[in-house]
Amino acid sequence: MLIAVLAGLIGAILYIPLGKYLRGRLSVLASALPLGLFIYFCSFIPEVSAGDSFRTHYPWVSSLGVNFDFYLDGLSLLFSLLITGVGTLIFLYASAYMKGNPYTDRFFAYLSLFMAAMLGVALSDNILLLFIFWELTSISSFFLIGFDNDNADSRKNSLKALAITGGGGFFLMAGLILMGHVSGSYSIQEMISSNETLKAHALYGLILILIFAGAFTKSAQFPFHFWLPGAMKAPTPVSAYLHSATMVKAGVYLLARMNPVLGGTDQWTIPLVIVGGFTMLYAAFHSIFRTDMKAILAYSTISALGILVFLIGIGTKESLLAASVFILVHALYKAALFLITGVVDHETGTRDLAKLSGLRKVLFPVAAAGLLAALSSAGLPFTFGFIGKDLIYEATLHTKGLLPLIYTTLAVLTNILLLYAGFLAGIKPFAGTLPAQFEKVHLPHWLMWTPPVLLAVMGVALGSFPALADAALLNPAAQAIANTPIESPLKIWHGFNIVLLLSGITLATGSLLYFFKKPSPAGLNWIEGFNRISPESIMRQLVRYFGRLSDWYTDVLHNGFLRSYLLRIMVFSILLLGYRILKGDSVYISLDKISSISFYEIAVGIILTGALYLTVTSPSRLTVVVGSGVIGYCICLIFMFYSAPDLAMTQFTIDTLTVVLFVLVLFRLPPFLSFANTAVKIRDGAVAIAFGALIALVALQVLNEPKDGSISKFYGDNAYVLAKGKNVVNVILVDFRGFDTMFEIVVLSIAALGVFSLIKLRLKSSEKE
Amino acid sequence: MKSIILKTASTYLLPILLLFSIFILLRGHYYPGGGFVGGLIAAIAFVLHGFTYGVDGTLKLMPFHPGALIPIGLGLAAMSMFLPVFFGKPVMSSLWLPMPIPVIGMIGTTLFFDIGVYLVVIGVVLTILFSISQYSENG
Repeated sequence: MLIAVLAGLIGAILYIPLGKYLRGRLSVLASALPLGLFIYFCSFIPEVSAGDSFRTHYPWVSSLGVNFDFYLDGLSLLFSLLITGVGTLIFLYASAYMKGNPYTDRFFAYLSLFMAAMLGVALSDNILLLFIFWELTSISSFFLIGFDNDNADSRKNSLKALAITGGGGFFLMAGLILMGHVSGSYSIQEMISSNETLKAHALYGLILILIFAGAFTKSAQFPFHFWLPGAMKAPTPVSAYLHSATMVKAGVYLLARMNPVLGGTDQWTIPLVIVGGFTMLYAAFHSIFRTDMKAILAYSTISALGILVFLIGIGTKESLLAASVFILVHALYKAALFLITGVVDHETGTRDLAKLSGLRKVLFPVAAAGLLAALSSAGLPFTFGFIGKDLIYEATLHTKGLLPLIYTTLAVLTNILLLYAGFLAGIKPFAGTLPAQFEKVHLPHWLMWTPPVLLAVMGVALGSFPALADAALLNPAAQAIANTPIESPLKIWHGFNIVLLLSGITLATGSLLYFFKKPSPAGLNWIEGFNRISPESIMRQLVRYFGRLSDWYTDVLHNGFLRSYLLRIMVFSILLLGYRILKGDSVYISLDKISSISFYEIAVGIILTGALYLTVTSPSRLTVVVGSGVIGYCICLIFMFYSAPDLAMTQFTIDTLTVVLFVLVLFRLPPFLSFANTAVKIRDGAVAIAFGALIALVALQVLNEPKDGSISKFYGDNAYVLAKGKNVVNVILVDFRGFDTMFEIVVLSIAALGVFSLIKLRLKSSEKE
Repeated sequence: MKSIILKTASTYLLPILLLFSIFILLRGHYYPGGGFVGGLIAAIAFVLHGFTYGVDGTLKLMPFHPGALIPIGLGLAAMSMFLPVFFGKPVMSSLWLPMPIPVIGMIGTTLFFDIGVYLVVIGVVLTILFSISQYSENG
């Protein structure tokens, strides 16, 4: 299973050396990867439908609780099959759709990376591993959404998607760590067994808020939904993949996965039902005013996600079964509709519904697929959507008290609007008369129109014979979400009851709406008038304020003058140390422990003071440089006196080089100017003296502390035994604490690169921004 | 600088100082010294030469730009860091040849780590100093 998850990552890496061979026609071969994985996951169906689950464990960073622990049950299998199955069709479709694009290899690499990340999310049992894959989906979808990177809009929207989902990921991480902390385990399955402790814990509310923040941002719930319509800037195969079966479903998956761990309480149900319920109606309402096919699909996707969140929130067995069925229903018809949109866009060059009509005459198979997908989304009998919709109504009706009325009204309204949206995207472009400008339109390469046809036909097949997917896939998935056995075989015919009546109302009202309301720019303008108060504008305004804040902050704190940085560092240290000394124990300096002062020390001290005086008062730069060099050498001598030859040697060479450096740049510097007036000089002097005095005080105070020789004793004892060296200082540097040294030389290298590029890089005036 | 004494001296000092820096590098395991100081001394040797002959003159002596020493050194250090992994030991644990080699002494991964540090330090110091001085010479 590890290989299956990592196959996409390995595949993505292989594109670096092999990509150039896979650019043209051969890009079809890329779909071998998802197809192979799809077959692999299909082989699990018999066992999983029998109620088995699979666990694998590969240690990774066991000491931190991060392991490659994978867990495959009904829910994971449903998602894995969606990811790889829809993935296969998307790969095939994209190989024709992206033909002629010079970067197809890059495109497929991103797509494989994304697929692997999604599989990882669906299969991880370890929540930290899940988080890693979660972030990987955000990052790889960023590349996919912004694939047309020479388009400013596309760059902006991919950044928006990354900011929202990545920001949510940040909350999710906090939530997951809290969960692990409270339950004492990072494995979801182990958490299920200890879910009572989690729910009773004081942090339960906070955990829920954090997990919800992660799930709602990823699954585009109000008020974080606006990144999803923006993400439509991606090439159509990407939109189809991300928004039907994968990326946005990750949030839903997380909620479903966490349901046995965290669910079942009021704190869990109420926010999910409110947010999901509001989102589904809000987005469905928005979708009917759009004229761009992709925008319609984007909003109806948000609405479908709202339905899923809503159903998981209700949390009854029926609603969870409805959720797992609707996941599959939605993936099938939404992927088909997106791919159809892609074909229409590819062949006619527009997605504007006000212009498109009558295309059935030239794109017949696509039109048929569109019709079937639209009917499935509408929930006509014998389509899979019908079963999904029935289950939703059943779930909303079988709640307690006044809720059935509210829930069912919400669900019916949403479904009416979604039906309209589905008809707009699936039927409207193909119905009516064919305008003259589209008469030359012809069918694209067969790889582009067969995937939507296949998806649409599957929707009908599963609708007519629901048993095909029920016991094998959907029931185990629902059981995994509910964590209890569920017995309710999917049926086409439930008899004459209230659910059927509601279905009839939905179909009739939606169809009437379709016949009387035509998509028009006027409606679009009306709904866009509300953009001013939309969450997106508010968020953008907030980001703008944040930008201003950081501008101000940068201006105040980072003015670019070395002297002001030094001043700030010193003042800050003085305040910190001074506070500690004032608050802490009384300062006691014992002069007894100080060794007697030798003649050499006095001599060095006198030289030091003289050089110091010269440095501070001299008006010549050269004198200052020489003076500070002398100070450095004096310090070296003091190191020598106290038997630290290594330190002294290093200090000596460093000082030499510093002086050399100064001399090199000396004559390039502006003439010696006095920047400071008397007040500034006094201030700097005071700060310098205070800093020096504090350091001296601390150094003297340290003498009073009881000497803890265990560390130096360890190094002294073991330098030769363990590291075969007699020079303890060097052994520490290259062996005991070699990691530090490694990072230090890396830092040094970065500094050298920085200096080199700052000096050598001469920007053209146009680039100086 | 045009001083004939300095010119003559630095021609001879360069190899001597370099040899001395290697000596410092190798003795670091038993006595004061090591890769860091050794690298600084080697850098000073080149800087001294650069003082008399100009940076361009010194660069002519070198087969490649000193900046190239940075990746070489980092690579050497990283290699000696990860080499023990292939012998089933944790990263950064030291491996030693069983017998000392005359003149050099014991050979182990830490020695190569130290040589890596030595090369990085030379590369870093010379890159910084030469870039700045070329900038101030040529404007």
